[in-house]
Amino acid sequence: MSAAAATGRLLPSLPRSAWIVLLSAVTAILWIAFAGQYTLPHDNDAATFETINDIREWIDANRNSNIILVVFVTGIRTLITAIFNVFLAVLQGLTWPGLITITAALGLVIGGLRLAALTGLGVLAFGVLGLWNASVDTLALTFTAVLLSLAIGIPLGIVAGRNDRFLAAIQPILDTMQIMPTFAYLAPFALFFLIGPATAAIVTMIYSVPPAIRITALGIRSVAPATVEAATSMGSTARQLLAKVQLPMARQTIVLGINQTIMMALSMVVITALVDAPGLGKDIIRSFQKNDVGQAFDAGLAIVIMAIILDRLTSRASERVDPARRATRPTPPGQTRRFAIVGLVASIVAVAIGTFVLGGGDFPDEIRFTFRGPVNDVTGWVTFNFYFLTEAIKNGVSYGLLNPLQTILTSAPWWLVVATIGGIAFLLSGLRPAVIAIVCLLVTIRIELWQHSMETLTMVLVATGLTLVIGGAFGVLSARSDRFAAFLRPLLDGAQTLPAFVYLVPAVALFGPTRFTGIVAAIIYAIPPVIRLVEIGIRTVPVAVIEAATAAGSTPRQLLWKVQLPMARPALLVAANQGIILVLAMVVVGGLVGAQALGYDVVAGFARRDFFGEGLAAGIAIVLLGIMLDRITQGAGTRQSTAEARPAVARRGA
Amino acid sequence: MNIGRLGRLVAGVTTIGLILAACTPAGSGSKGTVNIAINPWVGYEANAAVVAYLLENELGYTVVKKDLKEDVSWQGFETGEVDVIIENWGHPDLEKIYIDEKKVAEVAGTTGNVGIIGWYVPKWMVDENPDIVDSANLNKYADLFKTSESGDLGQFLGSDPSYVQYDEALMTNLGLNFKVVFSGSETASVEAMKQADAQKTPLLLYFWDPHWIHAVADYVQVNLPAYTDGCDADLEKVACAYPEYALNKVISTKFAKEGGDAATLVKNFTWTNADQNLVSDYITNQGMTADAAAAKWVADNEAVWKAWIP
Repeated sequence: MSAAAATGRLLPSLPRSAWIVLLSAVTAILWIAFAGQYTLPHDNDAATFETINDIREWIDANRNSNIILVVFVTGIRTLITAIFNVFLAVLQGLTWPGLITITAALGLVIGGLRLAALTGLGVLAFGVLGLWNASVDTLALTFTAVLLSLAIGIPLGIVAGRNDRFLAAIQPILDTMQIMPTFAYLAPFALFFLIGPATAAIVTMIYSVPPAIRITALGIRSVAPATVEAATSMGSTARQLLAKVQLPMARQTIVLGINQTIMMALSMVVITALVDAPGLGKDIIRSFQKNDVGQAFDAGLAIVIMAIILDRLTSRASERVDPARRATRPTPPGQTRRFAIVGLVASIVAVAIGTFVLGGGDFPDEIRFTFRGPVNDVTGWVTFNFYFLTEAIKNGVSYGLLNPLQTILTSAPWWLVVATIGGIAFLLSGLRPAVIAIVCLLVTIRIELWQHSMETLTMVLVATGLTLVIGGAFGVLSARSDRFAAFLRPLLDGAQTLPAFVYLVPAVALFGPTRFTGIVAAIIYAIPPVIRLVEIGIRTVPVAVIEAATAAGSTPRQLLWKVQLPMARPALLVAANQGIILVLAMVVVGGLVGAQALGYDVVAGFARRDFFGEGLAAGIAIVLLGIMLDRITQGAGTRQSTAEARPAVARRGA
Repeated sequence: MNIGRLGRLVAGVTTIGLILAACTPAGSGSKGTVNIAINPWVGYEANAAVVAYLLENELGYTVVKKDLKEDVSWQGFETGEVDVIIENWGHPDLEKIYIDEKKVAEVAGTTGNVGIIGWYVPKWMVDENPDIVDSANLNKYADLFKTSESGDLGQFLGSDPSYVQYDEALMTNLGLNFKVVFSGSETASVEAMKQADAQKTPLLLYFWDPHWIHAVADYVQVNLPAYTDGCDADLEKVACAYPEYALNKVISTKFAKEGGDAATLVKNFTWTNADQNLVSDYITNQGMTADAAAAKWVADNEAVWKAWIP
């Protein structure tokens, strides 16, 4: 492993474990000697916050007079709003029978009868759940964000695919864009672009552009060098090479990139409702405000269904353009043409019926089905009857882990914490991550958010630890039992796709408005990829190795601890990296349910003028924590492409 | 079939859709659009629901509801995104900026609702310890309120950061051994209240009335030193109860001038806490949409709202 090698070169030849013991011992002694000194307690009126508030006042005052603000900000806002309105007008103009039929027709042409049934019934479900208009709004917003992401992402991806230096330069920026929790940059963007769909689309793009760029670059790069050479030697210009060779051959990968971009965009829908973005997110936020889990569940389900429809359509489309796959699974001759004609005719008829017979009216109120009642009954019963148990769990974790760790991190001298984290980073990952970690921590001190950063770090560490332990156990069970894996899979898909606001209400009922509630939400959000990665890691241990170990007399227990887990180590390290970043994103949302610290600062900054500066600074501090934790864990393991491993949404067959 | 043909098919379907969309008859002639901010609590939504229902069905306006926090709503007056805030709780700082300095908004009368902010404990705690209702005795009970979040102090549950509140200053200035832990949202506070009532766990928190929770769980207000005029002028030194708020409406200056009948209806709107709690109850506990709740109330209370119509 490169990190270990790097560490080995820089340190005298002691085993790494000896260095860790030494570091711990020195830290412990210094902590005992200096605890309570050189601390940096929190101050709500810190100068940094006031400075940011002043900047905000300036922008507010000059929004309509400063030429740069007028041209760029208002211009971009107007353009994006216009695109959104066009999408909305088209989707609404298709009418509900039209949209259902067209989606089914697309399913028919792309994937055949089964896919057509899935997509058509899926869209029908939006209406049956009573969420037709909100779903159409969400679709329009998602398409706007995706269109913009592709318009920016594909050209940049092409450049990155052809130019190594450019790729290296943008890699860390893309990493940061994906690490940043949306919650942290919602307020600053609303400050510039005001509330509404434009801001929502821009905020969504920050999250959905990176996969578009990365996967396009990957596609261009994976065209065989021999092919490129052949084309060049035959006299192709650079432009011809791109248009006739690289792009066509990267087509399948690019369609996959579109798929990822859509999934990412869809996962942002709920959070952008906080800046008045229209759609299902609003229903969910409103239900959250009314403590109505059942209603939130309906809207959450609509988002899950939308994700499944868009995922299936685009992933099947990507398979279709794959020449290899087309050869092994050919469609019967003429079938596609027949399906296309049937689909087209049905669509036209449906749109005509919707427009002229139904007059473009709303989805009929008579056809309704809701999970509201049963979901609320179950939630009510569980929250009332399990409280004694959950209270005990919460207290156990809080008194046993959270409080002691938080005390250590906040009462230790700041230089000791910085040095120790730097030391850990160096031992685990090498010099570069250590320097980055130390710089990140120093900046949090500069922006006067040390104490809250340490409190949030505590929550992240505890949540990640629990996620890895629980996720590891489930991953092992899944790897050993196909039946258990099959049972778990839909639950994991649901946990990844269902917006957190749906389960925050029962979580807060069970665990109270505490830090632990934020941790519970974080575990639910971060555990699916951890379970999957652990499962894959163990399942991919070669059969020969297992047979050899069994033949040598290993018990199943020995097999697991001595063979499977050690061999799955790289996958486990990737799981840790993924887990920690997802946990961080959710711990912030925990600010809404009593998690305090940076998350609360961001929530407060979003809600109140006088806290704006503190909220924005807290957003920056979260990003810094994210970069630090990412670099440390990333260096410790080989890393999969973030775009592939980061789960925006259920990836089928993953 | 290759992607080109697939693409053409998609393009074709979309084009047809567009053409048909263009043929769809445009919306019926509305008298204008009114943008109402929807602040995040149910009582507000109840006011907005009834006003919006009357604007649409009695006066023929189009109403756009925007879910916004309080500060952002005021900001909307300046940008033209918001015409009406239909339940405003004080906010002297925002009034100063947007009404006095920028002159983009003005007060449009009271709503008739009286807003009470205060400290609440579950009724069962008062039954067990009658003197708990006096804030001077709270220190005696601080241990009861201790939680995993409050260290050695008792826990006081603060609320959504956007609400008017100065509990941390009150703790210091009244010498109370409590730590303010913020729930972060109305939702979290309400769940805590439900559980404290059902499980008989101690709870002391910031809450308010009118609110539908008072119909579901019994809570009693703790008496703080009485409010006197100006005792909350310096928020660092404040040591008194929250004032009673005569809740009012705020509208943009533009809407006041050009809003016509819609502006008149908003100015005339006034009702009681009981009216609001009823509509809130429809929305929260009877599973009605805001619109359906408004329709029901309007059908039952014609005498009240007839007076608002210009």
